[in-house]
Amino acid sequence: MSVGVFGSYGGRYVPETLIPALDELERGWREALADDAFHAELHRLATTYAGRPTPLTLAERFAPGKRIYLKREDLLHTGAHKLNNALGQAVLARRLGKRRIVAETGAGQHGVATATVCARFGFECVVYMGEEDMRRQKPNVERMGLLGAEVRSVDFGTKTLKEATSEAIRDWITNVETTHYLIGSCVGPSPYPELVAELQSVIGREAREQLLAVEERLPDVVVACVGGGSNAIGIFHGFVDDDVRLIGVEAAGAASLGSGRAGVLHGARSSILADEDGQIADAHSISAGLDYPGVGPEHAYLRDIGRAEYLGATDEEALAAFGDLARTEGIIPALEPAHALARARELDAELILVGLSGRGDKDLAEVLAQR
Amino acid sequence: MADPETPELARAAVDGGADVLEIGFPFSDPLADGPVIRRAGERALARGMRTRQCLDVLARTRELAPETPLIPMTYSSLLEAYGWERFAADVEAAGGTSMIVADLPAGERPEVRRVQLVAPTSTDERIAYAGEQTDGWLYLVALTGTTGARDDLSPALAGLVERARRLVAAPLYAGFGISTPEHARAAAELADGIVVGSRAVQVADEGPGALREYVGSLRSAIDAVG
Repeated sequence: MSVGVFGSYGGRYVPETLIPALDELERGWREALADDAFHAELHRLATTYAGRPTPLTLAERFAPGKRIYLKREDLLHTGAHKLNNALGQAVLARRLGKRRIVAETGAGQHGVATATVCARFGFECVVYMGEEDMRRQKPNVERMGLLGAEVRSVDFGTKTLKEATSEAIRDWITNVETTHYLIGSCVGPSPYPELVAELQSVIGREAREQLLAVEERLPDVVVACVGGGSNAIGIFHGFVDDDVRLIGVEAAGAASLGSGRAGVLHGARSSILADEDGQIADAHSISAGLDYPGVGPEHAYLRDIGRAEYLGATDEEALAAFGDLARTEGIIPALEPAHALARARELDAELILVGLSGRGDKDLAEVLAQR
Repeated sequence: MADPETPELARAAVDGGADVLEIGFPFSDPLADGPVIRRAGERALARGMRTRQCLDVLARTRELAPETPLIPMTYSSLLEAYGWERFAADVEAAGGTSMIVADLPAGERPEVRRVQLVAPTSTDERIAYAGEQTDGWLYLVALTGTTGARDDLSPALAGLVERARRLVAAPLYAGFGISTPEHARAAAELADGIVVGSRAVQVADEGPGALREYVGSLRSAIDAVG
């Protein structure tokens, strides 16, 4: 009776206390998907609140000789693709009668998106964030406070996204009857990976239509950064059935797919960074959003069946691409998609679509400190 | 928590009146645990307690406590890395009796025999299913939350016991939030046994004598129920 599996990945590796809530979530999600009113509300929020559709920008000066198109999720309200998921889950939480939301955040983008939708929907909001991430993503901590969310610092272990996620899950276990866990990526126990991928697949659907309109053909390659992998899975879903190469780019020091092993973390079996005894390893990246030792189970599956490839980019390569995009295109990307840009410009391909998942304002202090 | 001192501590707990011993195999990210067990796990890992070392501790504990069921308590990641069936086989070879996997609910990996857990949030259907699948006894998670001492015994326990009695034939042991003789007495009036984790881990830091005395105080409280 294992549910929500991608090949041998996925599942529900959580304490029993959460199983009824996951069953309820799954039922609520299926009902919502079958309900036109749910889709109409999401569409209305996307167009009147979030700023969809986001544009497609040809980055001519960044990569001369190629046509690299950027899918501009950095222009979405709150500055990253995370809002697509947060809005969808907020509508779902209201349908389930939950008025308290917990979330984890790494770079702070998901925390800001969650705090934003909670303000919009009148929900109580608690965001768990590692102490180390609170230091390096201070503007986002301040934003969450302004939006009325309570940010709880996690001061043990790696003090980053891994521990923040564990603490959010512990909060959910304790308050499960009143609380919806608004997970930020396509990770966690079933049905979260599938649910988040569906809410983010708007990126791929739009990009596909937009690219066909201007180029009258599909891209050769789609490239996106992968931490937990939600922006990548969202853009990949638009092209997974086409003859298009799909490339995910991980931080070299947090390559759960590139150098990980099968393991269980935060409720799902996936490819994770762990030692030979199954103890979770520390990830290292300049980008807080990629600094996570796990990845969505669907990515592990796409890798194993050969449908998607996963490459790495170092902190230095990401910083170089970050600076180059700013100077050549007048776009300051977040450090996370800067990893995708670093690999995309080297590809032997003519027409490339890159998921520009967020904007870089939050990273300015970190980037300037590296200079 | 499995540590080099565990065999002596286990002997002390048995001398104090423990009938069954749970031995934690530490995991870096224990979702079901509160701060006390999490910190004990971090400390054990820092001392090099990996699966192999934990199995050695289990075998040495078996020598000092030959009559007492010893139940490893851990998380799926360790079994995934070690091999699910190999883990179960090596636990048995080291003298373990079944095991508890805190993040492996009934239905996942049914081939792995283990003590199943049910919680106040569990539906009747899941309680019945866990009762069918469980190995020996059923672990009643007395409260909606993580492990750790609480001021009062969870008011949810009575309802959970009442439902489980109707649906399950196996003995029912209650744990989570039970730390004092008063809690033990009240829980023993409902369930067939009690499980004490976080408080026992704290007392164990004070040595075998303190642990024997603490377990003795729980034993007396339960025996008074009759």
